[in-house]
Amino acid sequence: MEMPIANAAIVAGKPAIVAALLEVLPPDAVIFDEAEVRAYECDALTAYRCPPLAAVLPSTTAEVSAVLKICHRMGVPVVPRGSGTSLAGGALPTADCVILGVAKLNDVLETDYDNRFIKVQSGRTNLSVTGAVESDGFFYAPDPSSQLACAIAGNIAMNSGGAHCLKYGVTTNNLLGVTIVLMDGTVLEIGGAYLDAPGLDLLGVICGSEGQLGVVTEAVLRILPKPEGARPVLIGYDSNEVAGECVSDIIKAGILPVAIEFMDRPCIEATEAFAKAGYPMCEALLIVEVEGSATEIDEQLALITEIARRHNPVELRQSQSEEESKKIWLGRKSAFGAMGQINDYMCLDGTIPVSALPLVLRRIGEMSKQYGLDVANVFHAGDGNMHPLILFDANKPGDLELCEAMGADILKLCVEVGGCLTGEHGVGIEKRDLMHVQFEPQDMEMQLRVKDVFDPKWLLNSAKVFPLDVTAGRRAG
Amino acid sequence: MRPTSEAELAEIIRTATGPLAIEGGDTRRIGPSGGGAPLDMTGLAGISLYEPGALTVVAGAGTPLAQVEAALAAEGQRLPFEVPDLRGLLGRNGVSTIGGVASANASGPRRIQAGACRDSLIGIRFVSGEGNVIKNGGRVMKNVTGYDLVKLLAGARGSLGVLSEVSFKVLPRPETEATLLCRGLTPAQAAAAMAKALGSPFEVTGAAYETQGTVTALRIEGMEGSVGYRRAELARLLGAGWDVLDPAASAAHWGAVRDVSAFAGVEGAVWRISVKPGDMPAVLAALGADVPAICDWGGGLIWALVPLAGDGKAAPLRGLLAQIGGHATLMRGHEHLADVPVFHPEPAALAALSEGLRRKFDPKGLFSQRSA
Repeated sequence: MEMPIANAAIVAGKPAIVAALLEVLPPDAVIFDEAEVRAYECDALTAYRCPPLAAVLPSTTAEVSAVLKICHRMGVPVVPRGSGTSLAGGALPTADCVILGVAKLNDVLETDYDNRFIKVQSGRTNLSVTGAVESDGFFYAPDPSSQLACAIAGNIAMNSGGAHCLKYGVTTNNLLGVTIVLMDGTVLEIGGAYLDAPGLDLLGVICGSEGQLGVVTEAVLRILPKPEGARPVLIGYDSNEVAGECVSDIIKAGILPVAIEFMDRPCIEATEAFAKAGYPMCEALLIVEVEGSATEIDEQLALITEIARRHNPVELRQSQSEEESKKIWLGRKSAFGAMGQINDYMCLDGTIPVSALPLVLRRIGEMSKQYGLDVANVFHAGDGNMHPLILFDANKPGDLELCEAMGADILKLCVEVGGCLTGEHGVGIEKRDLMHVQFEPQDMEMQLRVKDVFDPKWLLNSAKVFPLDVTAGRRAG
Repeated sequence: MRPTSEAELAEIIRTATGPLAIEGGDTRRIGPSGGGAPLDMTGLAGISLYEPGALTVVAGAGTPLAQVEAALAAEGQRLPFEVPDLRGLLGRNGVSTIGGVASANASGPRRIQAGACRDSLIGIRFVSGEGNVIKNGGRVMKNVTGYDLVKLLAGARGSLGVLSEVSFKVLPRPETEATLLCRGLTPAQAAAAMAKALGSPFEVTGAAYETQGTVTALRIEGMEGSVGYRRAELARLLGAGWDVLDPAASAAHWGAVRDVSAFAGVEGAVWRISVKPGDMPAVLAALGADVPAICDWGGGLIWALVPLAGDGKAAPLRGLLAQIGGHATLMRGHEHLADVPVFHPEPAALAALSEGLRRKFDPKGLFSQRSA
């Protein structure tokens, strides 16, 4: 993966940059020692690393503004960082950049149950947002797998999703307002505890802009009352096609489950060996979860099992207890860990129209043979967001490159059938060079112009999202 | 001009030298009509893709809303955000188009539970001010590839580009609905009751208070058994004094709230005010007890009917909003009021960003008339 060549003049100017940063931040909030900055050399896309020039950990919006003003004045690139859990390399540094970490910004600023929102600083972790309100019967809906660690700032940057977005939507559908600092240090309040924008929906374009438009320091998030209960049903089929048809029929029947998860045979085998969740050995496994009171759950599950039976399942297991529910989810939730036990893996997240599912799974199987790399598929079937996990051996020369080539082929296939490169992880550096597969030059140009308005000098996280040759002229300016 | 293809639309815009007035069915335009050569979008019509099993529909921007709704209804589905029909309110009689719905981000009572129009809009194609065809988003409901221009264009009222095609996520139409209704609550009591209901796990999909008749209403939708259960639980939570509307009466009630029917054909200017739901009583107090209001979205969306005199209460209203947050749009009556900006004034820094975006999307200034 190519990254821009570091600006030698900026690297040489490190002492002056650090001195300027130390004027506006306490000493422990500026990290510039060569060994210490290594803590920020990568995010969860660990195949790529580059120590930054320095890292700063501001504690207030005012400090963020002061840091950005300095970097803006001195022409220093800035890479914002939440918790560093990006699978797409969204927080990967360049050697001439300052990492701006929001980890110290983790307070709850306001909780308002009557108006159903919480205002938090952006470094707060996703799960701890729910943690702050759950004893009062509320929760924050987006639930990415990394929710224990990932920060709201990163969720907003990537417009993160999760397993339950079929019903509750993704980050952008649950974000009411932000405090954002632009690259020149300007602090803006956009949106708030009300439900729509007065003029252009700037909040809508900031969410998912991968930290390229500004640094979000505070967020107003919608919180929802917790459902009375939830229960999954496990359905096994001996073909992917039939499982796909079952998903489609459930949706067409007018039921909106809170989650529909799909696992294929390689994934079932790996997770079963790892987590022993008691899954049946079959070609395709569905976990369908519904919510509500006990009666409501029964009503919905009765309909779902009736539909599932029409397709002759090899297994149909309705959870009868909290314990059984946990067990059903256990395998799914440990899928990534299970694959990690077997080998290194690359996790893709392209989205496809649900109707293209059987075709895409068949083609992925063919590619797996062609490349000689194993693939396991686990994904959110209700919304078509796939997570093919390609196994490779990082210690074997050429294997990473082979895996990346195969990943690219899978993502191209997702676009070809009417889907997209990324459903919830973001483009980062990982899918940057594939953007031309999904977008024509004029499509990208329009997006670049949005960044021109927010960050005219192109200093903020600029080596991401768009192919480097497309942004070359702008980054140089 | 009435293009019948996207290419034709692009050509018209590429060669345009003066302002254009983008027209769907002219059912949602607000503010003064600023002139410009009419650009009739109704030629870009038709549903190009509808997959009920994938909850997705794609249509030309000029497709009549009614056609989309009928196609969805035939499969037991619907647009989640309950599109308001404001023709009565605004005194129009055109045919609403799906592109106009997106351009106005038109969202009804169910917004509190199912999201706004912009939340269901998953993809667009549009023509920029230079005549380039641009696509963003797509036909899948989870997509974070590149910047989300879909949200930016939703509600932009055509000021950034001309929509040629829109893709929506749709939802199943529920089996049934019911409404709990209470008369005689003060604004503060109504706000409290709605907050209580919306803070419960019973999935309220409509919560509105009307000052005329002091009617507070709460809606529940879903499967038969579930609606019965939640209706009973909600009634228990709220205490005595709540009547039940049957499905037909419930649908009629929310149709009227959605379309602001009470103010149709009644003299007066109309404000659309967006605030934190709990601020509803304060807004009503600032407007005065004699101002009729329909407070949807649990109090967060207030439609107020003010006399056609002076500034139409703009000063006290926008003065209060400057303190508490929120915004107010003058939906009707601007021509009778002295110097009242139709759209809410934005803080300078935000206005500069918005203006910067408009210049980048529309360098020739063709779309300076916000329309829909």
